[in-house]
Amino acid sequence: MENNLLSLIIFAPLAGAAVNWLIGRRVRDERFIGAVACGSVAISALVAFYLAFKSGGALRSETPVLDHIWTWLQVGAFRADFALAMDRLSGTYALFITFVGFLIHLFAVGYMHGEAGFYRFFAFLNLFMFSMLTLVLGDNFILMFVGWEGVGLCSYLLIGYYFDKKEAGDAAKKAFITNRIGDWGFVLGIMLTFFVTGSVSFFANPAAGEVTHTALSFFKNAQVEPFTAGAILAGGATSIAVLLFIGAAGKSAQIPLYVWLPDAMAGPTPVSALIHAATMVTAGVYMIVRCSEIFGHAPTAMFIVAIIGAATALFAATIGLAQNDIKKVLAYSTISQLGYMFLACGVGAFVAAIFHVITHAFFKALLFLGSGSVIHGMHHEQDMRRMGGLRKYMPITFATMITGWLAISGVPIFAGFFSKDEILWRTWSAPAFSLPSTGFSKLLWAIGALTALLTAVYMTRMMVMTFWGEERFRESHESKHPEPDHHGPVEPHESPWVMTLPLIVLAVLSTVGGFIGVPYALSSVFADRDVNVIEHTLEPVVATVPPGTHGESLVDQHPELAFEPTHVAHSREEISAERLLAGISVLIGLAGIGLGWVIFQKRPLLAMPRVLENKYYVDEIYDAALIRPIEGGSREGLWKILDIGVIDGFLHGIGEVVTEAGRLARYLQAGFVRAYAAIILVGALILIGLFAWKGFPSP
Amino acid sequence: MEPQLSWYLALSAILFTIGVTGVIIKRNVIAMFMCIELMLNAVNLTFVAFASFFQDVTGQLFVFIVMTVAAAEAAVGLGIIITIFRNRESLDVDEASILKL
Repeated sequence: MENNLLSLIIFAPLAGAAVNWLIGRRVRDERFIGAVACGSVAISALVAFYLAFKSGGALRSETPVLDHIWTWLQVGAFRADFALAMDRLSGTYALFITFVGFLIHLFAVGYMHGEAGFYRFFAFLNLFMFSMLTLVLGDNFILMFVGWEGVGLCSYLLIGYYFDKKEAGDAAKKAFITNRIGDWGFVLGIMLTFFVTGSVSFFANPAAGEVTHTALSFFKNAQVEPFTAGAILAGGATSIAVLLFIGAAGKSAQIPLYVWLPDAMAGPTPVSALIHAATMVTAGVYMIVRCSEIFGHAPTAMFIVAIIGAATALFAATIGLAQNDIKKVLAYSTISQLGYMFLACGVGAFVAAIFHVITHAFFKALLFLGSGSVIHGMHHEQDMRRMGGLRKYMPITFATMITGWLAISGVPIFAGFFSKDEILWRTWSAPAFSLPSTGFSKLLWAIGALTALLTAVYMTRMMVMTFWGEERFRESHESKHPEPDHHGPVEPHESPWVMTLPLIVLAVLSTVGGFIGVPYALSSVFADRDVNVIEHTLEPVVATVPPGTHGESLVDQHPELAFEPTHVAHSREEISAERLLAGISVLIGLAGIGLGWVIFQKRPLLAMPRVLENKYYVDEIYDAALIRPIEGGSREGLWKILDIGVIDGFLHGIGEVVTEAGRLARYLQAGFVRAYAAIILVGALILIGLFAWKGFPSP
Repeated sequence: MEPQLSWYLALSAILFTIGVTGVIIKRNVIAMFMCIELMLNAVNLTFVAFASFFQDVTGQLFVFIVMTVAAAEAAVGLGIIITIFRNRESLDVDEASILKL
């Protein structure tokens, strides 16, 4: 149903950005700019919560809240409007984006205190909120793509915020260009979707005269495509899904397009928290879950998603183990956790993926903001080898980071346990729909479990190096690496309330946020009720993967189930298996923490293998294999041969022709007698020639 | 063999070409003039040849006129050359190039 309040969610931050850019630049008052920025996001959050939870609201009814703002593109059968739609999926996203976004804006007011570009930062941050909310609330692929590109732009602007540092500019370019490579796939996917289905919309809004059939409804009753490699190029659902996944891999930092995210840590920490942990990088997951209907008919594509997700999770976790910059550890951790979300999508557990998106937003934002508080308190020192023993100096930061640490390690009752465990359980029990065999799901589970262990280890390492042990920052600086922007030894201090208050709120959310998704297997220990709120909320809007094997639809076998969502069965064996796996997950988490504690408490500076510290030399490989050849080809081929040779040559050639002609014509008037004689001769010859050819006139 | 008309015409053409080439190539003004006279005489030869072969006296009349014109032109031309020479001390036609528009 229509509700014009929906557009306020996206336009409030846009207005905030405009005000901060135009007026904030003149006024230069941090309180004004901060108030406008935080206030606009607060308005978005309030409206989002209202529209989600009121009676008939997005999260309480099956029909979405729609808002048709204006008719944008309409060419023949192609129609894409500037229209918003808040259903259960986008409503969930809008809630946590605005809420966590608000907390991060508040934190940033404290973190960016004293910066000359304060107004610029908040203008871009608000612009980012506008783009991200457009991405999730857009009711068609094209508007989603507008938001997609907008968040990429804001990511570029904010990573490169410290524009006087070369590494920031390079990182910003790397992020944008790598994203663009993914966008190539995304755009092709959108085009193919239109070609196959005749629509690019997610929702039908006949009242506003929009399309009555959507891209997603086309696939609802379509055949499930076969599980073969040939399906990828066949031009159907699998092709679309693979192309869309390329886009998601770029935006959400999966193999092979993850390389921009660690470099993006060159931006200010609130940016890392908001964009590269909680919101932008989850846009890929959102897109896949939104198009779950398409993926649900393309098992080959889902297989690819699952493999890449699992591989990325493990790969990034191994690298995170060896990083010494506190933000880089968290960056690789983010890549790894995103791998989990894609693994979940690949095995058909779309709701579990979204659940992990939400809990990850809480604890990863907490961890990033906490690290920002540490960096701020250490006067912008980021190398953990020069920290240590900070728990005495920053108690609030320490306490809140502990909750984040426990959450990401998968310790119950904290939030990360429920979502990660759900993913691992769904991977273990995945049907052979999108996998070559049921044994494969056990392999994927093993990769996920190993990653969970490594996660706990490297997070413990990070915590131990930062907060425990001797205070390595007290050693004289000249003996190690002299830093030009430090003046003498740093005295760490706790951060002001604008920074610690968001930490506390996020710590609370990381602790209790998991309770929205307690699975039946665990809650039934206490009471025979299914309290899995998130499962009930999101189930109607995501596709269900049939439990049959490759391409056999359960619907074919049991037609009476055609309109029943097949949720996880609550049989005896399944419940005890799930509880067993949950227990194993807890043991893995605790074992990882214990292992990390034992190894690193005594030797926090223990050197990790070089190959991990140098991130498997992937950046160097890309540089040598792709970037140098392209650069060389561009410089030698395109620039020197085409641009200078052909195009400039053509223009210069025109000039030279004119000059030559002028030089010859000059002889007409140079006073050069012999030239005159020659011209008379040439003229006479031409005349005679003409007559000889045309025939002499008869007398 | 009797001399053919075409022989006379060919000779005349060759002389004319030599004259034209000389006018264009030569830098000495006197040499240019001599080549111009050569051109005029080549044309005279053509007229006379035609007059002789077609037994028509019109050709010979033309020769008269051409000779008169050639003489007048040579007189005036040499007068100009002498004036220029007095002014410039040089018979190089390339140097007489101040008559530009």
